[in-house]
Amino acid sequence: MAFNHKHILGTEYLSREDIQLILDTAESFREINTRSIKKVPTLRGKTIINAFFENSTRTRLSFEIAGKRLSADTVNISGSTSSVTKGETLEDTARNIEAMHPDIIVIRHGHSGAPHYLAERLHCSVINAGDGAHEHPSQALLDMLTMRQHKGEIDGLKVAIVGDIAHSRVVRSNLYALNKMGADVHLAGPGTMMPSGIERLGATVHYDIRAAIKDADVVMMLRIQLERQGLTLLPTLREYARFFGLNDDVLKLAKADAIVMHPGPMNRGVEISSAVADGPQNVILGQVENGVAVRMALLYLVSGGEQAVE
Amino acid sequence: MKILIKGGRVIDPSRNFDQVADLLIEDGKITAIEATINTNAADHVIDASGQLVTPGLIDIHVHLRDPGLEYKEDIITGTLAAVAGGFTSVACMPNTKPVNDNKAVTQYMINRAKNDGYCNVFPIGAITKGMAGETLSEMGELKEAGCLAVSDDGRPVSDGEVMRRALEYSRSFGITVVSHTEDLSLVGEGVMNDGFVATELGLKGIPWVAEDTMTARDVMLAEFTGGRLHVAHISTKGGVEIVRQAKARGVNVTCEATPHHFTLTDEAVRGYNTDAKMNPPLRSAADVAAIRAGLADGTIDAIATDHAPHHIDEKNVEFRIAMNGIVGLETALPLTLELVAAGTIDLPRAVALLSCGPAHALNIPRGTLDIAAPADVTVIDPSLEWIVVREELKSKSKNTPFTGRKMKGAATCTIVGGKIVFSR
Ligand SMILES: [Zn+2]
Ligand SMILES: [Zn+2]
Repeated sequence: MAFNHKHILGTEYLSREDIQLILDTAESFREINTRSIKKVPTLRGKTIINAFFENSTRTRLSFEIAGKRLSADTVNISGSTSSVTKGETLEDTARNIEAMHPDIIVIRHGHSGAPHYLAERLHCSVINAGDGAHEHPSQALLDMLTMRQHKGEIDGLKVAIVGDIAHSRVVRSNLYALNKMGADVHLAGPGTMMPSGIERLGATVHYDIRAAIKDADVVMMLRIQLERQGLTLLPTLREYARFFGLNDDVLKLAKADAIVMHPGPMNRGVEISSAVADGPQNVILGQVENGVAVRMALLYLVSGGEQAVE
Repeated sequence: MKILIKGGRVIDPSRNFDQVADLLIEDGKITAIEATINTNAADHVIDASGQLVTPGLIDIHVHLRDPGLEYKEDIITGTLAAVAGGFTSVACMPNTKPVNDNKAVTQYMINRAKNDGYCNVFPIGAITKGMAGETLSEMGELKEAGCLAVSDDGRPVSDGEVMRRALEYSRSFGITVVSHTEDLSLVGEGVMNDGFVATELGLKGIPWVAEDTMTARDVMLAEFTGGRLHVAHISTKGGVEIVRQAKARGVNVTCEATPHHFTLTDEAVRGYNTDAKMNPPLRSAADVAAIRAGLADGTIDAIATDHAPHHIDEKNVEFRIAMNGIVGLETALPLTLELVAAGTIDLPRAVALLSCGPAHALNIPRGTLDIAAPADVTVIDPSLEWIVVREELKSKSKNTPFTGRKMKGAATCTIVGGKIVFSR
C-alpha cells in the first residue's frame, strides 16, 4: 500500500494501515542497523534539517542517525542557538529554513502546534519530534514497534500508562495510535496530572497506579519533570515515588510476562525503581534501538518511499 | 439639515415602541416619529422600507488602542469600524499607552474623537493607577474629564481590599466599576478553555472556575459596598448564574456578553487558530447555551464586542504566545441577529441588548429614539447577506475568527448626532 502523508504531525492523523506500514517498514530497516556497514543510499542527496528548539539529545540523535544511515545530509539547528530565544519569530525561522531548500524538517518545539504552523508555511515535509504537550508521534510508533516485537500483536493488549498524563505528548500520541491498533489503554496518575476529558481519547482513567497496572501486558512509565515541582502538582517527589512509582511490588500486579517501558530519560527512584529499571521485564534499551528504525521508516516514507530498501 | 427616514420598522426598546413609521431628524435631534411625515419637510430622504430603524447601537467595551498602540488601531479607524458596524457610541477601555488613569489622557481621547472620529467615544478610566491594581485612580477627576466608568480591563483587580475600596469610592461619583473577572492564580499559564479540546491540543487550560470565583467575589463586594458593578465579557454558565442570583437579591450589578462567547465554542481553536484566542477564552457548548439563556431572560444586560485589535505579527505566531482578542465591531450586529433567527431572542430584545441595555449599564446618555434626543440612529437591513472578508474590514487590524463566515444583516446607514457618518 502507498503512504500518502507529506507530513508526520501526529498519530492522530495516521490510520491503522499507515501505522502498520510504518511498523513493517521499520522492521525492514532494523536489519540495516545490525550490519557492519550501517548505511544505505536510499535518501542520498536529500537534506534533512533537525530543528530542535527544545532540548532533547536522544530524539535528536536518533533522528540524526536515522537520516545518516539513509545517506541523507543532516543539519542540526539546536536549542541553544535557537532563534526563538533571540526574539526571532517562528515565521522568520520558517522563511530561513525554506531558503535552505530542505526536503524534510524534523522539529521539536516547546509550543504545541508549532509543527502544524511550519507545515502550513513550508514546502518540505515536516516531522513532529515533539510539540509542547501535544504529540510525539515517532515515540509512540517506536513504543508500538517494541510492543509488537515482544507481544506479537498489539490488538487486545492491556497497556497501562502512568505518570504526568497532562503534560505528556507521549501519552496523546500513544492513545491515538494504540486505540487504532486495538489496544486497551489505562491511564494512572495523581489528579493534578490528569487533564480534562482525556478518557474521550479512548482510555480508562485511574488515580491509583495499582488499578491501572492490574493484569497489564505493557506498563509504560512517564518521566516526572522535576522542574514542575514549583507548580503545586505534587507535594514531594518522595510521596510521588511511594504512591505512583513503579517498583517490584506494584509490578507484580501486572501479568507475569508484562514488559516495562519508559520514554526516557528515567528518574530512578522517582517514577521507577532501579530494580525494575534494570530488571528482566524492562525493554527500555530496545525502545531506543527501535527509535532509529522507526525514524528511518518515517524519513523514508515521507520522501515518497520510491527507492527500495537494499 | 433635515433627514427623513421613511417607511422603516422603528424599534425603540427604551420606550417599547415597535411599528412601521417615518422618523424626522432636525438639527441633530429627533423631532418626530409618525406614521407618515411629508417628504417635503426634508433635505435628505432615506428609504428604509423593509429595514429596521433603531437607536444608534452602543458598544460599551472596545479597545481603541489610541494613544500609544496606534499600529493596532486608532480612534479614527476604530470609530470608522464602529459606524460601519452600526454603532454610534463606543466606550473605550483604558489600557492604552499611557494608561487612561488621568484627565490628560481622557481629554485627549475625547478631543480626538470629537475632531476626527466618526462616532461618540465615551472613555472608561482605570480603576487603579497604571492599572497596577494597587492605588485607586483619581476617579473624581476622571469623571469630571468625561469618563463614565472605571475599569482595569485586561487585568483583574486581584487584591480584594483594593476592589472593595474602588466600589466604595466610586459611589461618590456615581460611576460604574467594570470588572474583568479572572483569578490569575487559577489561570496560571492557561491559554484556552480548560476542557477536552485543550487536552487534545496539548494546550494549557483556563478553567471556568477561574472566572466564576472572581465574579462571585466582585458581586459580593458590590453587595457589601453598595457600589455599582458591571461584569465584563461574562463567558461561563456559572458566571451567568451568579449574576442572575445577585440581581434577584437586588445587588447593583449588570453584565455583558460578547458575540464570540455566545456564538463560538473552544472547538474554534482547533488547528491552533490564534484568531480564536481570547480572554476570557471561548468556552464549552454548555456555557454558550447559558449565555444565550442569560441574554434572553434579562440576566445579561448588554452585548459588547470587547473589540480587541492586534497586529498580524501578534497573531501569526505559535498559539501559546499569540495575543488575546478579536475585532468585533463589524460583526456584532449580524451575530446578534443570528440569535433572533435561531429563536433565542426576539428582534426588540436584540435591539435592546445593543442600545438601551448597554446605555443603562454604563449610564451612557444615549440609546433612545425619544423626541428631542440626540439623533443617533442606525438603519439596519436585516436580510442583507454578506461574507466576512478580512481586507474589507474597516478596522486597522483584521484578527477575527469569523473570516469567510456568511453573515445576514448589516447597518445600511449610521447617523450620529444628525449626521450621516456611514452608509452602504
Ligand atoms: Zn477583559
Ligand atoms: Zn476588553
